[in-house]
Order: sequence, then C-alpha cells, then structure tokens
Amino acid sequence: MEEREVVVIGAGPAGLSAALEAARSGAHVLLVDENSKPGGQLFKQIHKFFGSRDHRAGVRGIDIGTQLLEEADALRIEVWLDAEVCGIFNQRDVWIVRNKEKSVNVRAQRIIIATGAVENSVNFPGWSLPGVMGAGAAQTMINLHRVLPGYKVLMVGSGNVGVIVSYQLLQAGADVKAIVEAAPRLGGYGVHTAKVRRAGVPFHTSHTVLEARGTDHVESATIVQIDDKWQPIPGTEKVLDVDTICIAAGLTPLVELAFAAGCEPLYSPLLGGMVPWHDASMCTSIPSIYIAGDISGVEEASTAMEEGRMAGLSAAHSLGYVAEHDYEVGFKAAEQRMLALRSGLFGQKRRDAKAAIMAQTRG
Amino acid sequence: MANDKDFFICRCEEVTLREIEEVIDEGYHTIDDVKRITRAGMGLCQGRSCGKVIARIISQKTGKPLEEVLQTGYRFPVRTEKLKALEEEGPSDAENN
Repeated sequence: MEEREVVVIGAGPAGLSAALEAARSGAHVLLVDENSKPGGQLFKQIHKFFGSRDHRAGVRGIDIGTQLLEEADALRIEVWLDAEVCGIFNQRDVWIVRNKEKSVNVRAQRIIIATGAVENSVNFPGWSLPGVMGAGAAQTMINLHRVLPGYKVLMVGSGNVGVIVSYQLLQAGADVKAIVEAAPRLGGYGVHTAKVRRAGVPFHTSHTVLEARGTDHVESATIVQIDDKWQPIPGTEKVLDVDTICIAAGLTPLVELAFAAGCEPLYSPLLGGMVPWHDASMCTSIPSIYIAGDISGVEEASTAMEEGRMAGLSAAHSLGYVAEHDYEVGFKAAEQRMLALRSGLFGQKRRDAKAAIMAQTRG
Repeated sequence: MANDKDFFICRCEEVTLREIEEVIDEGYHTIDDVKRITRAGMGLCQGRSCGKVIARIISQKTGKPLEEVLQTGYRFPVRTEKLKALEEEGPSDAENN
C-alpha cells in the first residue's frame, strides 16, 4: 500500500487551495482528481470574481486557476488525474481507481475531501429531450469546449448561475429568450442581473417551466405563472420558441464519499441539503478527515478557496507541521477573510447557516 | 399533457413519476425502498440527479420531513467501475468505521 501524509480529493478551487496550503506548511501531499485536467469549475469562470483583493477580486476564474496550478507546480505537488476515489476505509485508507483500470490504495494520515457539488435537476414532461441541460453543462460547452449548445435558450432560475450563464450564452452568440424564476423575487447579484436585463432579456418571476415539446430535440417550452403555493395558474401558459432549456436550480453537495466513510451528517437546506458536520478548522466528526468547498455547503469559488486554505493549514498543523503561534495567526486570518466574504444581504444568510453547523456538537 | 406523469424522474433506469408515486402509495417510504423496488437511482449516475427529487416526492406524499427522508445510506464504491479495475488491488479488507 502507498502512503502519503495528506491526500486531497478534488482539484477544484477548494482542493487546490488545500493542497497548496498543506504543501507550503511542509506536508507531503497527493492531490487526486477524476478529470483529465485539474482546476474544477475555475476554468469555465470567465467572469471577474467579487470580494476584496485578498480574495483575488477583479480577477477572472480562469486566471485564478492558472495561477493556482503554477503554484502547485512550483511546490512539486504530486497530482493524479483520471483518478476516481471510490471509497475511504478505516478512516484513512483511500481507494483510488486510476484511468478506469487499476485500483490503488493509499494510506493517508489526513484526508481532505473537496468533491464539490452537482447541479439539481428539475423534472417536467419533456425534460429528458436533447436540449434540456444543466446551466453548468451549457457553461462548460461554451467556455471550455467552445460549442454553442443551441440558438434560442430558456433559462430556468435567476440565481447567480442562471444570470451569469445567460450573459455568457449571449456573449457566445445565443439568444436568451427568457429567464424564469419560481420565487417572487430575482435571486442573483444585482451586477450580474443588471447586465442581462440591459441586454434585453425578459425576466418572469413567479414562473416555472411546465413542459418541453419536440420530436427528437426541444422545439418549444411552455412556461406558466405559479401562485404562492407554487401551483400553476391555469390560463397563464405561454409557449416560447426555444431549442435549449438550461436548468439553474441550485446545487447539492457531493457527500457520498464522506458519508460512506462515516462522517456525521447535518441538514442545512440553505447550503444545499445534507452536509458533513465540521468545525471552524473544516475537520469533520472523523478527526483524520477534513472537508472544503461546496461539499461543506454550497457557496462560491472564493469561499471554497478560503475553506481549502483553512483545511490545508489545519491538517498540516494537526500533523505537527505548523508552530502553534503561526497556526493561531493563520487560522484567525482565514476566519476573517471568510467573514468578509459572508457579509452583505446574501452572505449573512450563508454565514448564519455555517454558524449553525458549527454550533452543533459533534455527532 | 401538463398533468401527464409518464415522464422520467430517474433517467438512467427510465423510471417515471407515475411508477415512483405508485410504489410510495404501496407503502415504500424511503429512498432505499423506492430504489430496490423500481431501480431508480441504480444507474450510471448512482442517484446523484434523481435522489433529491425522489426524496422530495416521498416527503410530499407521506408528510415525512425532507430532512428525515434524506437520511439515507451510502456504500462504496461511490463511482461505477469495471470489475477489472478491482482485480489489481481491491479495497483493503478493513472494516469501515
């Protein structure tokens, strides 16, 4: 069996940041990712990030990704790509299948799980027709593969993902026919929403998609107004001429690895559903297992990176790599940066939800 | 058409909303029950797309809180792998937890 001090699962913003921090502190780190390229969702984020300079605000996600990978190179962090983690046994044995061919077991002293999240689906008659896809999938197609998924798009969901992807679809040459939002109010940041609005895209609040029609792909979508009990109001149906329906209905943390390993679960609807319990150092109910990023509650790439740094630093500290005073200073600084990210109207709710998780006693 | 329940909830195993509601009516009230009877969630995506949706349907039909329905078990391997990938070196014989 192979042995490593720290195994980080997932090379997105959280995992990369965790690996960098742990390696900088002196720990021997193995970073694994199931994809053939590291970076997770960073490389499709062509927009500039928010926050302060500490959070690399004003920098585009792709540039942050490039920067993190250069740092990982400089630190000579060992990276396994096309490597799927299938299980964690004994709280420290990581079962990895490489290239869909070979099982390798790695005994880790500390494990940091940064598996991210998966897009929620919305089901309606016709949703399995080609042309209905997650907004994140559409974003991957246009920004990574440079393929336009369709010409006439209906976006379902007005949160940040919905409005950002709508704008990028417009930039890529598609026509976004409408954005529907089931809630009575729009969900995204004002800056992103205003850009889409200025481009002339109509928003329909208290609306949902009723069905998609088409023979072998989407040819139209029917939207409908809903009442305060989320029920369709007959007679308010509108048929839209679209060939693509993008679903931006939130994300669910990818928790199966953590829960199958035995991490204590906790329910946090605001953060996407069931999440592993964790403390402020990002340690789960299993002392050798840490988490960071969307698996610990769906937020943003900026918070994912901060959580990653916190998890990496804390894991290295628990192995004796960080002097007590340095850890206190680093811990406080990371906490402050996260507090700053979780401020304002949207941030406060996430801050409260995070505080509620940490207030629970370990299971 | 809009009230039609014959559309898939689990796309991998092609299980419709009607089939899922029927087994809930028959008394299968957990995600695991529904999975074992209908195969919903046993396909390529391993329930990553439909699991939460099925939980919501169970919660709505039975009145059980969503939080309770979502408390479900997870087993390794969490990814679909070919059997040949297990030949080389399987998971250690260690017990979990």
